[in-house]
Amino acid sequence: MSAIGLVEKTTAYFKDFKTWVALDSTNLSDGQQLAVKYFTVAVILFVAQILFGLLAATQFIWPGFLFEILDFNVNRMVHINAMIVWMLYGFIGSVYWLLEDESQTEIVGLKLGNIAFWVLTAAVTVVVLVYLLVQIGPGKDSSLWFINEGREYIEAPRWADIGIVVVMLIFFYNVVATFTKGKWSGIAGVLTLDLVALAGLYVAGMFYMTNITHEQYWWWWVIHLWVEATWEVLVGVIMAWSLMKLLGVRRKIVQTWLYIEVALMFGSGILGLGHHYFWIGTPEYWLTIGGFFSALEPIPLVAMVVHAVYDSGSHAFKNGNHPALAWVIAHAFGNFFGAGVWGFMHTLPQINMYTHGTQWSASHGHLAFFGAYATINIAFFYLAIQHWRGGVWMGEGTANAWRWKWAIGLLNVGVLGMTIAMLIAGYEQSFIERAVEGSTWGGYFTAQNHPSFQSAMVWRLLFGVVTAAGLGLLIWDLLTIGKGETRKAKVITQQ
Amino acid sequence: MNDEPLWASESFWKKVAIWVTAGSFLILVVLTMDSLSQTSAGGKRVQAYSVINKKIDYQYQEKLHKSIPVIGGDEFLFGQQFSEEEARQLVDLGKKTSQAKNCMNCHTLLGNGAYYAPDLTKAWLDKGWIGTDVREDLMMKFLMDPENNARTYGSNRKMPNLGITEQEAKGLIAFLKWMSSIDTNGFPYNFKTIYAEE
Ligand code: HEM
Ligand code: HEM
Ligand SMILES: [Fe+2]
Repeated sequence: MSAIGLVEKTTAYFKDFKTWVALDSTNLSDGQQLAVKYFTVAVILFVAQILFGLLAATQFIWPGFLFEILDFNVNRMVHINAMIVWMLYGFIGSVYWLLEDESQTEIVGLKLGNIAFWVLTAAVTVVVLVYLLVQIGPGKDSSLWFINEGREYIEAPRWADIGIVVVMLIFFYNVVATFTKGKWSGIAGVLTLDLVALAGLYVAGMFYMTNITHEQYWWWWVIHLWVEATWEVLVGVIMAWSLMKLLGVRRKIVQTWLYIEVALMFGSGILGLGHHYFWIGTPEYWLTIGGFFSALEPIPLVAMVVHAVYDSGSHAFKNGNHPALAWVIAHAFGNFFGAGVWGFMHTLPQINMYTHGTQWSASHGHLAFFGAYATINIAFFYLAIQHWRGGVWMGEGTANAWRWKWAIGLLNVGVLGMTIAMLIAGYEQSFIERAVEGSTWGGYFTAQNHPSFQSAMVWRLLFGVVTAAGLGLLIWDLLTIGKGETRKAKVITQQ
Repeated sequence: MNDEPLWASESFWKKVAIWVTAGSFLILVVLTMDSLSQTSAGGKRVQAYSVINKKIDYQYQEKLHKSIPVIGGDEFLFGQQFSEEEARQLVDLGKKTSQAKNCMNCHTLLGNGAYYAPDLTKAWLDKGWIGTDVREDLMMKFLMDPENNARTYGSNRKMPNLGITEQEAKGLIAFLKWMSSIDTNGFPYNFKTIYAEE
């Protein structure tokens, strides 16, 4: 087939697809149209994350699978880097979504925001292609500048780091300028300061250092102070706004809660950073400080559950978007269990000495990232699709509601199943590799070859397939829910 | 609004949030400055790069219930003594290579990274290298051609060929040797080095 033929065919497919989804963008404001662009890319990257996770999980069982074609490190890098990036896309989209509503004016730099979106998306595409096609380079600066930095979660090469910072600055400008033109609020203030911290922290991870203790010190500033401080507060902002919009909770209540959450989260999370400084060469006082403050981190997460569940109950679940509300509840509990409970279980140095660097960490990582951040993004996707369809009713009696119910069920069961499988593997490693064998290479492999580890890896893959099925269903549902619905959702006002 | 209790007051919690955040951050900054200075290369916790000229071992301290690093006499790498600057350059090459080859997405370093392959923190001291007389040679061969010198311990998990050059392999070994001397507060517990008697 000729190239032109191929292009024609693709455009034809694309047109058919557009007719089939039948989404009408005139239902959205300009800011919301920008937001759904971010959401679209987020979903595509979510799919990439899951695909490459499945490849990596398969290699645990059949190590020869794709050996020296797509090695484990490549698949894993795409898996976790796609996750970080899709979640950031989701957050940016969510902020653009609520920006006009919260500031009660139009976005100031809409054109700039659109350009930034395309630049970022082009950069992400190039980065992923280089990950897959070039993969690794010689031990020179140029490899770190143009291929990958070889640092978990923030693998993006330096050129892309700089691009990301520029795009974040544009985003930040849009947020501040729009609030300034419109009106500021408590939510707006917290959001702005949090974004300064979030973007600033990224810079801490942009430097090369020979001294690995120093390098990991700063690397954890990015990773920990993102997920256990600034992202957590960003989600608090999004939740505060959503609870007003979904349930009509009073502004004064959500804002007061938000301040309490910020105090508790930053008060425990900032010094809780010390739980990553137990064993990397840093001084012993971190054992005490890190253990103590990180042990307090579950408290704000409990507060968030109370907040969300209490508000939902007191407003009698009267709401026109059941899937979004269900995912908000999943977020509150997922955040509490994944970050709060799973995190707490291995955060004291006495136990972390044995669980550090085992599947235990991966078990926690999955439940926490999914429970805290995938869920809230998905809730927002449902909110967006509802408006894209023209503010239709998505509550009781929605057509094909089994799809969203099965999607949320499969995704949660899948991730929970993987989490338990890795927990078992992690316990086995802690006992056999660490406690009995003293963490030698021989001990490592004794633990890897153990039957309970091996079967845990099989279960992880099986539940991974369940997760993937849930994601497939979720996407189908997002594209079809509310289609042909004529009832409008009531506009919720504050009571 | 006068009868509103303090705990329900928005402006009270706003102030609490600001002060708690600022206070925590300030403490973190102070601790960071202290930690960075205590862990700069050449200090007690993180050795100078020229430690690659020395024998590195661990000794279990009954009182502290943990092993601490012991820097011994000369034990040259590749039969050569490196000046401080030469050592720094070699370790730097190794560190950079470890990033460019994306080691961290299979292995852990200082316990952080991926869990598909063994921890590299004290790999230099691992008994898996059989004896100190063959260690360097085995490591060179393994790094440059891991497929034909596979060390899978019955797991079938092989390290892929990453196209590591001879000079890069030397750098990596120097980096691993230097890293193995970092005082990690006793992690991993009960680790027996290649020098330990059975
Ligand atoms: C939503 C919030 C959170 C997310 C997304 C998250 C995610 C993660 C991830 C991915 C890791 C593994 C890092 C690596 O690859 O080495 C990790 C490590 C860790 N997390 Fe969390 N976490 C969260 C909250 C918490 C909380 C609240 C606690 C404590 C109460 C906690 C305790 C820990 C500890 C102790 C480790 C170190 C594991 C080790 O030693 O290997 N986390 N976290
Ligand atoms: C089909 C589903 C999935 C499969 C099969 C899968 C598989 C994997 C595998 C094999 C690893 C490497 C672990 C290692 O180094 O030993 C990994 C790491 C990771 N995955 Fe997944 N994953 C899946 C879904 C998810 C989801 C939904 C999330 C979060 C939203 C997630 C977050 C992570 C994180 C944070 C890590 C790094 C953990 C750490 O280093 O401690 N994964 N995953
Ligand atoms: Fe943390």
